[in-house]
Amino acid sequence: MSTPLLQVRNLVVEFPTRRGTLTAVDDISFDIAEGEVLGVVGESGAGKSMTGAAVIGLLEPPGRIAAGEILLEGRRIDNLPYEQMRQIRGRHIGAIFQDPLTSLNPLYSIGRQLVETIQTHTDLSSTRARARAVELLAEVGIPAPERRVDQYPHQFSGGMRQRVVIALALCVNPRLIIADEPTTALDVSIQAQIIALLKRLCREHGTAVMLVTHDMGVIAETADRVAVMYAGRIAEVGPVREVIKNAKHPYTHGLMGSIPAIGHDAERLEQIPGSMPRLTDIPPGCAFNPRCLHAFDRCRRERPELIPVEDGRVSCWLYDPANAMSVDEAKAVVSARAETPVERADV
Amino acid sequence: MVAFIIRRLLQSLFVMFFVALVSFAMFQFIGDPVNQMVGVETSLAERAALRERLGLNDPMVVQFWHYIVNAVSGDFGISYQHKRPVAQMLLERLPATLELSLVSALLSLVVGIPMGVYTGLNRDGFLAKVFLTISLIGISLPTFLIGILLIFVFSVTLANIPPISVLGLFAIDLSVLQLPSFGRGTTVDLGWWRTGLLTSDGLKALIMPSITLGLFQLTLIMRLVRSEMLEVLRADYIKFARARGLSNRAVHFGHALKNTLVPVITITGLQIGSIIAFAIITETVFQWPGMGQMFLQAVQNVDIPIMAAYLMLIAFFFVVINLIVDMLYYVVDPRLRVDTGKVSGHG
Amino acid sequence: MADVPVTPAGRPAMILYPLRRFFDGDVWASFKRSPITVGAALVTLLYFMMAAFGPWIAPYDPFDLAKLDLLDSLLPPAWSADGDPRYLLGTDDQGRDMLSAIIYGSRVSLLIGFASVLLSMVLGIGLGLVSGFVGGAIDAFIMRMAEIQLSFPAILVALLINGVVIGYFKTHPEWQVDQVTLAYVVLVLSIGLSNWVQYARTVRGSTLVERGKEYVQAAHVIGIHPVKIMLRHILPNVMGPVLVIATIQLALAVIAEATLSFLGVGVPPTEPSLGTLIRVGNDYLFSGEWWVTIFPGAALAILVLAVNLLGDWLRDALNPKLR
Repeated sequence: MSTPLLQVRNLVVEFPTRRGTLTAVDDISFDIAEGEVLGVVGESGAGKSMTGAAVIGLLEPPGRIAAGEILLEGRRIDNLPYEQMRQIRGRHIGAIFQDPLTSLNPLYSIGRQLVETIQTHTDLSSTRARARAVELLAEVGIPAPERRVDQYPHQFSGGMRQRVVIALALCVNPRLIIADEPTTALDVSIQAQIIALLKRLCREHGTAVMLVTHDMGVIAETADRVAVMYAGRIAEVGPVREVIKNAKHPYTHGLMGSIPAIGHDAERLEQIPGSMPRLTDIPPGCAFNPRCLHAFDRCRRERPELIPVEDGRVSCWLYDPANAMSVDEAKAVVSARAETPVERADV
Repeated sequence: MVAFIIRRLLQSLFVMFFVALVSFAMFQFIGDPVNQMVGVETSLAERAALRERLGLNDPMVVQFWHYIVNAVSGDFGISYQHKRPVAQMLLERLPATLELSLVSALLSLVVGIPMGVYTGLNRDGFLAKVFLTISLIGISLPTFLIGILLIFVFSVTLANIPPISVLGLFAIDLSVLQLPSFGRGTTVDLGWWRTGLLTSDGLKALIMPSITLGLFQLTLIMRLVRSEMLEVLRADYIKFARARGLSNRAVHFGHALKNTLVPVITITGLQIGSIIAFAIITETVFQWPGMGQMFLQAVQNVDIPIMAAYLMLIAFFFVVINLIVDMLYYVVDPRLRVDTGKVSGHG
Repeated sequence: MADVPVTPAGRPAMILYPLRRFFDGDVWASFKRSPITVGAALVTLLYFMMAAFGPWIAPYDPFDLAKLDLLDSLLPPAWSADGDPRYLLGTDDQGRDMLSAIIYGSRVSLLIGFASVLLSMVLGIGLGLVSGFVGGAIDAFIMRMAEIQLSFPAILVALLINGVVIGYFKTHPEWQVDQVTLAYVVLVLSIGLSNWVQYARTVRGSTLVERGKEYVQAAHVIGIHPVKIMLRHILPNVMGPVLVIATIQLALAVIAEATLSFLGVGVPPTEPSLGTLIRVGNDYLFSGEWWVTIFPGAALAILVLAVNLLGDWLRDALNPKLR
């Protein structure tokens, strides 16, 4: 298999604070292949945005990458000096943020912002750059682009603005886009349009996407694979359909159960008791163990590694190949209802 | 746009009217102008005649009307103390104050803005901390104290300092750095405008007063620019600009600076007005023959016509400057151009 | 609201709650951590002590005209050649001991400073509450006045009020007033009246926010008197920013008083404030008796610097965005 586009190995992101060092991302590893859409899902505070920021090199100080490696097309990028990383940003890795209104400088026309970005990374002349800008606006679906290219951000609606943001991120064809909650700030009716646009453009240009969000619906629509994050760690990663239909990690299972689904019988939404621990209070062993219905002794002592299971990987001791229990039995345990626990042999 | 101008003009008229009211009220409050103007020997009959001629027996509203009409045509009455037309006295002293004020304002902008930008960009640098300390001192020292200290160092001490001998080889005579501490030096008349800018003498005399007057403004501007800069650098559009790989120069001076300067314009504009008023103090310390010194003497001698005229003049300056600043705001911030109904302003 | 301090009557002491929150929180921690701020606080405290216990600390009473000896006038500081060990910092043109004059002068300056801040605060908070709570034409009027006044520098307004009132008394000599008392009152009035706007605006803003909240509407419905609502409920929520403004305003008030006194329209030289001392000394600067101006000048500068530092720290500490 060819080298994955992005490889993240044992990434640790730390925040020194007055009260001690907080670990926002605790030893995570994942890959993104060329043209692939990897969803990164989890609750607020799970470390998803930090991961994205670390990949593109925009961690806000005092946050820093304390350990691990990030490789783009096989070359390390996490330890590059600022100027070299800057050349990678925009050109090879792009980013889209949550709020389209504040992502655009209100004092400059969007044409100027597009031309500026284009000219930073290419030697197109002003005229050619401007023409390219108009093309891009058309591509993202802005009507009358020749006229609107000189308008200011406040003259666009929220959905239009996010389209402009997408145009800006894609204007010099980066191989990878980090999309951090790209639809959260938009009206529900617009969200679907923007997601569809993003998906289409990335397929057309072969751009890989790291789609960070807390919205499983968006992931289901768009992603090829998904990584579920919990308390700064990856709980499970795998193909989207697998993770959604047959969640292996108890947390992922709880997550899926708590999403209302149209078409199912009206039953009570499952709720995972308790809440995600704060970064200062992460329990020893598996971070999820206090809330896990199936936790046993080892879970409380040893932090689980990402164990390859079928097409994905799970960070749960239930799936340790050294277990007496088989993978299928483990899956049954996890997917059983709380009221009817499955009798299980010794793990 | 037109509606905006009209509204601001109306506001300005309202302010002028109100100030005229206050000025007029001063006359009424302080007692009989006739008694102020004549000597003790003047008979009661003559006083009564004078009162009649000055229109002091007319109803209040009529007197007020006359007052406004006169003011608009440039007649501010006769000074009680000096027995000369106030308008003429004002004109004589206007150039001195205006030159001093404008040079101070220029100084504070030319030094303050770059200092502010520097300390905003290099938050924790050593030089930045030095600047900040200087700014704190600038804000803490009352204007008159700054003036006195400058005089103490550059006029008194330097005058008496003996030449410093360096290694017995030659002597440095610091007294050449001595600066004049009162008056404007040699002035040149350009028509009715008496300027000190055309002689080296006059320029030397301008140095200490303009530093004194401008120091407070300088620190204010520096702190403002700094805090705006810090605020702006945290904005999403800056993050997005970095994510697009724009150079530091483009981010700092293209995007951040422009957004920083918008509120700075307003404050600066308003401050110019207050510089003219603060000139009172500086002119007193340096015996500068300007309007401020005249006003102070008027206050001490209860010379109401001068006090009232000065007040109106200052109000006029403020109103004009305010209008110019608002126009500038309009030019700089595109958000204001579209929503003419929503000009919220900056008060 | 787990442990809200409770008065004997059983009702929560609304004022104590913010105080308790203050000391438990980040604000106090950040204070202790910044040596400059602690230093500034100590210096300010020193000045307050000087002001409070002045008559007991000062070696002489510079306001007692009987005790002054003109032969002792214009003596340089004790450590210089012609100095007199009795007068540590030298004497002024009236024979007053500079150290004592500075102590008493700081007293006067701080007194006037506090009184004017109090006046501004009461006036500003009152107008702000009314403006925000009642709204409508009254609000518009008050805010218009505020805007107009804000365009004029406080010193100018103070000068004007000062001039007008003093002028009134000058032209009506039938009103017999003690010059010094008049000076104090007029100073407090003029500085106080020129600085209320910031309080009014801040309080108005908070009042507008609180007014929309449910607990205020509930109180209204129950029939609690609006004044009580304003004072009991809205006011405690506003005190934080008000305190920051007050600190900075104190420095400004002291500067304003010093400036007015320096210009000759403030405290008369018989019972001088720091500003008056500086003015008096200014005349002797060129003839070499620098101490008459420089020492009071230094005292003023240090006081204002300390208060400004405190105000700066307070503003940063209470700013939620910087936490």
